[in-house]
Amino acid sequence: MSKDNQLSQWEVFMQTKNGGPFEHQGSLHAADKKMALQNARDLYSRRKEGRSIWVVPTECIVASTKEMEEEFFDPANDKIYRTPNFYKMPQGTKNL
Amino acid sequence: MTEEEKRIQFQQRIDAGEKIEPLDWMPDDYKQTLFRQISQHAHSEIIGMQPEGNWLLRAPSLRAKKILMAKIQDEAGHGLYLYSAAETFGIDRSEMIAMLHSGKAKYSSIFNYPALTWADMGAIGWLVDGAAIVNQTMLAKCSYGPYARAMVRICKEEGFHQRQGYEIIAKMASGTPAQKEMAQDALNRWWEPSLMMFGPHDADSPHTQNSMKWKIKVESNDTLRQRFIDRTVEQAHHIGLTIPDKNLKYNKETMHWEISPINWDEFWNVVKGNGPCNHQRLNHHKKYHQEGQWVRDCARAFEEKQMKESNAVKSN
Repeated sequence: MSKDNQLSQWEVFMQTKNGGPFEHQGSLHAADKKMALQNARDLYSRRKEGRSIWVVPTECIVASTKEMEEEFFDPANDKIYRTPNFYKMPQGTKNL
Repeated sequence: MTEEEKRIQFQQRIDAGEKIEPLDWMPDDYKQTLFRQISQHAHSEIIGMQPEGNWLLRAPSLRAKKILMAKIQDEAGHGLYLYSAAETFGIDRSEMIAMLHSGKAKYSSIFNYPALTWADMGAIGWLVDGAAIVNQTMLAKCSYGPYARAMVRICKEEGFHQRQGYEIIAKMASGTPAQKEMAQDALNRWWEPSLMMFGPHDADSPHTQNSMKWKIKVESNDTLRQRFIDRTVEQAHHIGLTIPDKNLKYNKETMHWEISPINWDEFWNVVKGNGPCNHQRLNHHKKYHQEGQWVRDCARAFEEKQMKESNAVKSN
């Protein structure tokens, strides 16, 4: 018997409604692009959950880690002037 | 940071209700406990297709056959979600299958009982999936992100499994005397094994304490079992069936149904491999896994051929 193989791993992203974001659903195994797309349909949309699917080889995903979280995201902490509520509007201002 | 400091920080994250993701630091025993639990859960979904597959070609109507097929497909899907969650620990799926085949990894003992009549299709959906839903609704709150997300998806899909089972049992319970007897017989055989699905009593469960500290489980075996009993006893009475337990009684103070002691010797005997169908289930899985090898090999060969072709196009 030849060596067992379980095919390559892919990540599945699905759009659930027109104009919406493609959100990560989970992963699956497949040998090629076409099989990955068909398996994604069978595995993640048996009840019309999706209307469009992306599949990406797992090895192509680049992810940040928990250890990186602070130095990576903290620089935004002291920049609340990037949000609208930072600004004081003259009393009675409308539509702003 | 020392190992001890990392453990403390990890526990603080758990206590704060944070979810742990695959690339985060986690203690080895947290990882091992989860890997064991998730892979065994995955194996249970896959082995669980067998008792129902047995009835697919003998379903009493086209409607029943379509429903049963959809349920079995869902179980395959649930197994795959769970294998993916287990793979986040860096262990290849072929290793997990090898562990199943060698007996190192277990699956839920409930699937080592035979499905003897059509009423068993009802009892499995109603009782086995019912117990699984109680357990899985709790696991959807698990601290490990990939497992919790798989559980949310599974719980959404399982609602129909339990309802279709109860529909079958209810229909038979209101049918001819022979049909009613079959329904009662299925309940008699599946009742106690279903109670055992929640695992040993809290005091005898070696993993419970750590699992609860780490929020892998947020409720104990006995709490979940009691919830299942309370729901199921009333559902049985509603369709005129009798729970096969002479000591069953309602405690007005606790507002819970009380049952006879569970036969744990039977439970451990089946876990150890001596249930009525242990060999059959495992041999069936091995046989079809081996027979499917050529399909996986062809798929891999086709993938390699395509890669060669696309590389040839690029270098031209």
